[in-house]
Amino acid sequence: MSVDQYLDQLSINTDLARRALVAFIRDETTRAGFERAVLGLSGGIDSSLVAYLTAEALGPENVLGVRMPYQSSSQASLDHAQLVIDALGIRSLTVEITPMVDPLFERFPDLSALRRGNIMARQRMIILFDQSAADRALVMGTSNKTETLLGYSTLFGDSAAALQPIGDLYKYQVRQLSRALGVPAEIVDKPPSADLWPGQTDEGELGYTYDEADQILYLLIDRRYTLDEAVEAGFERKLVEQVWRTVQRTHYKRRLPVVAKLSQRTIGHDFLYVRDWGT
Amino acid sequence: MQLTLGLAQIDTVLGDVKANLEKHMTYIEQARQQGVDLVCFPELSLTGYNLQDLTYEVAIRPTPDHPVFKPLFEASRDMDIVVSYVDEDSRSRFYIAAAYLSQGELLHVHRKVYLPTYTLFDEGRYFAWGDDLRAFDTRFGRIGMLLCEDFWHASPPTLLWLDGAELLLMLSASPGRGLDTGDKMASVRWVERVNQAYAGLFTDFVVHTNRVGFEDGFIFWGGSLIYDPDGELVAQAPYLEEHLLVTPIDLNQLHRTRARLPLLRDERTALTARTLERIISENPEGGAR
Repeated sequence: MSVDQYLDQLSINTDLARRALVAFIRDETTRAGFERAVLGLSGGIDSSLVAYLTAEALGPENVLGVRMPYQSSSQASLDHAQLVIDALGIRSLTVEITPMVDPLFERFPDLSALRRGNIMARQRMIILFDQSAADRALVMGTSNKTETLLGYSTLFGDSAAALQPIGDLYKYQVRQLSRALGVPAEIVDKPPSADLWPGQTDEGELGYTYDEADQILYLLIDRRYTLDEAVEAGFERKLVEQVWRTVQRTHYKRRLPVVAKLSQRTIGHDFLYVRDWGT
Repeated sequence: MQLTLGLAQIDTVLGDVKANLEKHMTYIEQARQQGVDLVCFPELSLTGYNLQDLTYEVAIRPTPDHPVFKPLFEASRDMDIVVSYVDEDSRSRFYIAAAYLSQGELLHVHRKVYLPTYTLFDEGRYFAWGDDLRAFDTRFGRIGMLLCEDFWHASPPTLLWLDGAELLLMLSASPGRGLDTGDKMASVRWVERVNQAYAGLFTDFVVHTNRVGFEDGFIFWGGSLIYDPDGELVAQAPYLEEHLLVTPIDLNQLHRTRARLPLLRDERTALTARTLERIISENPEGGAR
């Protein structure tokens, strides 16, 4: 069974989203004392969209796009990242991670695909944060709302960033905004993949489609439906419950590490200042 | 009678009162050069919005010799000025407040009576609830001031209208929410709709000054505006950009609109009061059924 009647409700005014997010990136970058940004370019839709928004916010000369392939990464990923670099005229760098992660893979030869994927994601984080220091550039996050809610990311890996410009956009909305900004069709239309091993796709790993996840999450979270109401809306109970369990199980990934409260005033509990304090 | 309004749609530095005061003085000077009679700044214009624990560090008692308020008092000698700040009372309770300064004096302070403490808002954790609503006389007529959530409830604007306010000054630090296919976020459409409704229902001028800028992902959208007593839009500032909106309004329009549409004349305030008393007496636990 396929339900897509709620996708219409997920539609956004892309002009408004673009204006707000470009202003957000510009403001949050400059108020932190930065003029430049750095981001990893995977060749996928999320990082491509963030590159487009960031180039518009800061100027292409102030954006560094870094390609970080592993030996098994697909050529298409590299080519698609290059399409973005060329279209925007941003600065670019290619850093092969194979010689960095292979020694660790050799040290632990029985690594599961999950552990190998996490190591690659964290190696890329190391490179981006090093470029951040070298270039005085903020690391732009490329996580969308769907994958953040599903915890479909590596903690302190691809989820590590200074800003998350598209963190409140579901995958469906990411596609919509990407089309409006002119992200190349071959990037928008290809099946999303972390490309950590050949043939991997997000939807294959998750066990359901992004359209299904987007609509269920939208109803449960944005619209505050109960699980029963989401089922009545037309989604299979098994799927609704699976999605919600995943949200709960991965919540730790969306929170800072927990501090045990001992003193009268404790970081994270009652020492409360927003990050933009004083700026 | 002509009144030239200046709506100072500014961004703020969170917790840096000195920097924000400097911006106020810059906008006041620009307003003066453009012949503004009354300049309005948005909610918490001197401090920024999402203060959390900064609340206690930026609180002020607005006296003429206070280093922050002194230049504002002086600037108000030839131009009326509305600013917003954290007000600390004599017993160290903290309020979100708006001050109306005129001819070197403090004419009125409004302390926010509705503190949103839900979803993205946490004002009730830090602030005390204001407990007074009143209009006040100015050299431009009788005015009522409200702060953001105050006018998400219908009663405060209604009471100020019944208390004689011809001009409702709404001050906001309103974060946008509800992106959909509309040309504005849902919360923006809502605020504009109710402000327009108040102008029409009360045959009043409604003047909404909203801030711009970002705080930890909150997007303050601006779009400050003026509705006339017919409920028509007089002028609007752009969205998302700092702007000084200078607009003359013709206060004689109150006379013309109310001659045509005597809603104020026919308002049955005593009936409202009797009904409220009955509702309260029948529901001693809460204010409403």
